Amino acid sequence: MQLAKRIVLLITVLFGAWVCMPAKEAQPSAADPVLEERVMKLSRELRCLVCQNETLADSRADLAEDLRTQIREQMKAGKSDKEIINYLTTRYGKFILYNPPVDPTTYMLWFGPFVLLLGGLLLLFRYVKQRSGLIAEAPLSAEERRQAEALLASENGKETS
Amino acid sequence: MTRFAIPLVLFILLVAFLAIGLRHDPHEVPSPLIDKPAPAFQLAQLRDPSQTFSAADMRGKVWLLNVWASWCVTCREEHPLLLQYARSGALPIYGLNYKDKREDALSWLGELGDPYVLSVSDNDGRVGIDYGVYGAPETYLIDRNGVIRFKQIGPVTPDIWQNTILPLTNQLNK
Repeated sequence: MQLAKRIVLLITVLFGAWVCMPAKEAQPSAADPVLEERVMKLSRELRCLVCQNETLADSRADLAEDLRTQIREQMKAGKSDKEIINYLTTRYGKFILYNPPVDPTTYMLWFGPFVLLLGGLLLLFRYVKQRSGLIAEAPLSAEERRQAEALLASENGKETS
Repeated sequence: MTRFAIPLVLFILLVAFLAIGLRHDPHEVPSPLIDKPAPAFQLAQLRDPSQTFSAADMRGKVWLLNVWASWCVTCREEHPLLLQYARSGALPIYGLNYKDKREDALSWLGELGDPYVLSVSDNDGRVGIDYGVYGAPETYLIDRNGVIRFKQIGPVTPDIWQNTILPLTNQLNK
C-alpha cells in the first residue's frame, strides 16, 4: 500500500517535472510562415529584459510577447531588420542585443580574456625561464670529480667481486 | 615575503570584485533614454477615458511619470510611499497604468488611495515599450523641456526620493 502510494507520488513528480519543462520556443502563429520565420530569426538575436538569460524568441514573458508583436508589425510595415534593431536599442539600450557589439564599453568583454591569456603566458614564460636558470648544469670541480670516480670504482669493484 | 604577498593581493582584488558584483543588480539596465526627450504619447485618462493626456501637456513643469499596474506586486509595496511623496507636494506625479484592466486599476486606486494627479491607460503596453519599460514599477523624472533626467527601475525608495529625486527636482526648478 505504502509502496504503491510512493510510486504514484514518484510518477506524479516526474511527470510534473516534465510538464513544467520550458517549452522550446513560442510557436510561430501560422498566419504567414515566412514572416514568422523572420520574426523568430530576429528574436533569437535579442534579449528578453525580464528573464535576461533568454532570447526574445525563447521567452514566454509578457513583454517578450509584446516585443515580438512589435517586431512582427514593423516587419509587416516593411521595416528592415536593422531599423527594427535600431528601434529597440533606442528604447532598451544595447543590452537587448544578445550578441554584444564591439565598442568601447564592451572592449573588456571582447578582449579581456585574451589579455588574461597573454598575461598568463608571460608569467609562465618568466617562471620557466627562472626555473631553467636554477637547474643549469654546473661543471664539476676537481674534488667532486675525484669523489665521483672513487664511488664508481667502488661500485664496479663490488659488482665484479 | 613576496611569495605570499602576490596571492594575497590577488585574493583581495578578487574579493573586492565579487563584493562589487554582489551589490550590482543585473536587473537594472541603464536606460538609453536618460537626457533624451521623453517619448511623446497621447492616451486616454484612466478616470475619464473621454479625456486624453499627453506628455506635451507637461511642458514647463518638472514631473514624475510612474509606471504602475494593479497586477504588479512591487507597485503595491511602493504605493504608500508614492502617497507620501504626493502629499509632500514636491512635484506632481502622473501615472501610466501599464497593461492593466480599467476596472482593476480603478478599484486598486479606490482601495489604496490615489497619489496621481491623473493616470493614463496604456492598455496594450505600446507607450511602455516607447519608454523602455520592462518591469513595473518604473519612474521617470522629466524636466521642463520634456527631457528625461532620471529613471528609477523598481520602487522609488525613501533614499532615492530624498537623495536623488528631491535634489534633482530643486535643481531643475531653479
